[in-house]
Amino acid sequence: MVLYRQVGFPGIILFSLISFWLSSSARAQENPYIIAYDHYLEEPGNVEIEYFSTFGTQKAGNDFHAFWMEFEYGATAWWTTEFYLDGQTTFKDSTVFTGFRWENRFRVLKREHFLNPVLYFEYEHKSGADKILKEGEGRDVEADFLARNAQARKEHINEVELKLILSGTHKGWNFTENTLAAKNLANSPWEFGYALGASRPLALRASAKRCSFCRQNFIAGVEMYGGLGNRRSFGLHETSHYMAPVVAWNLPSEWTLRLSAGFGLNDNSHRFLLRWGLSREITGFGSIIRRLFGDPK
Amino acid sequence: MKTSIAVESVMGVFLGVSLVSATQVKEPRYKYKKDALVYAEIAKAPDKARARRNPLEKDPDAVAAGANLFAQHCSACHGVAGEGGRKGPRLLAPEVQKSAPGAIFWILTNGVVRRGMPVWSKLPEPQRWQLVSYIKSLGAAAAKPDNTPSTIPTPSPTAPSLPRH
Repeated sequence: MVLYRQVGFPGIILFSLISFWLSSSARAQENPYIIAYDHYLEEPGNVEIEYFSTFGTQKAGNDFHAFWMEFEYGATAWWTTEFYLDGQTTFKDSTVFTGFRWENRFRVLKREHFLNPVLYFEYEHKSGADKILKEGEGRDVEADFLARNAQARKEHINEVELKLILSGTHKGWNFTENTLAAKNLANSPWEFGYALGASRPLALRASAKRCSFCRQNFIAGVEMYGGLGNRRSFGLHETSHYMAPVVAWNLPSEWTLRLSAGFGLNDNSHRFLLRWGLSREITGFGSIIRRLFGDPK
Repeated sequence: MKTSIAVESVMGVFLGVSLVSATQVKEPRYKYKKDALVYAEIAKAPDKARARRNPLEKDPDAVAAGANLFAQHCSACHGVAGEGGRKGPRLLAPEVQKSAPGAIFWILTNGVVRRGMPVWSKLPEPQRWQLVSYIKSLGAAAAKPDNTPSTIPTPSPTAPSLPRH
């Protein structure tokens, strides 16, 4: 409690980032998507710790900076589980913790195919002040973000979210399509959304030398996402949509940096969303936990 | 109040794990008990996949590039020189070294998901072939009389030069 009061939520995030920088890790080969998911799960026993930031413009209100941390664990080669903590700062207003999420992804097929389905299940407990825009769903529009934090955080949302992820990789290109259905448990209709993505490394062959700026370390692409209305009114009417070029830089020093510049595609969307993220994968997390509980293996 | 306690608890657990990880001593490696089950997967490679030739077989840089990829993506489970580890089987075993390059490529592409090996199709095809070149070179190096798995040259950040075909 004392720690939380003294340094706050951002301080704890920063402290954790510094501590996992010290820990053992493995080089990741991450796709650049921030919103869309591909079919690649976390390697079993590894944990990936990620920090993401979103700066968003607001036409008739104050711009904001939303941020979240992800703790992604490969339970098995076909099951990845992930825990999120998120918050936001609205300029000229305040900084608030906005909730947590727990998501699970399950690989359905044991071999690689042209399209590889992954099932996604997430539970979200968040406040109305949530602004991380981690997905486009239903009729979420820019005007929803106009309420002041003090007012918006009074609303508590418990939501389940299901996704069907279809993704494949061919000749270096990854293509992915995510279909989303979300249900606010407080008697709201099912809402729908989508995310699409395509990406490719800048070079397909690896260099014989270890290097930071080799082209194979950079993966560039584009993602598009938005809402599709709800069960009572399915379609594009009064929905928001975004298109975002994305790039990931997989460093030999085991860090991955992602950058995304998102542009709103209609009047219901934020004009601009600048996102970036930093992640690091730690090997043998499961073994570390076993050691903590006395298993010498 | 409840929220802040929950946040602090979760962050504390992850912080503790990170610090333990930072100070950990490398654990001793020992034989992976399910090696045979994983080796059996190689035999399941379809004939068409098995018949594929390594297009980088004659590329002089393929082994060195494959060694870098191996160090980054594979050594955590299979050991730094393919000697096997807690999670991954020994790649110096005849079941692997006598396999067709196409069969190893097929395993890399499809993984052995039910046995814990993820799919590696996220690495582009040329990189998977570079890995095949390196894995095959491990067997050749181990077969030399004065070489044991522990003396096979392995990639390091400062000395990336490696044995070549």
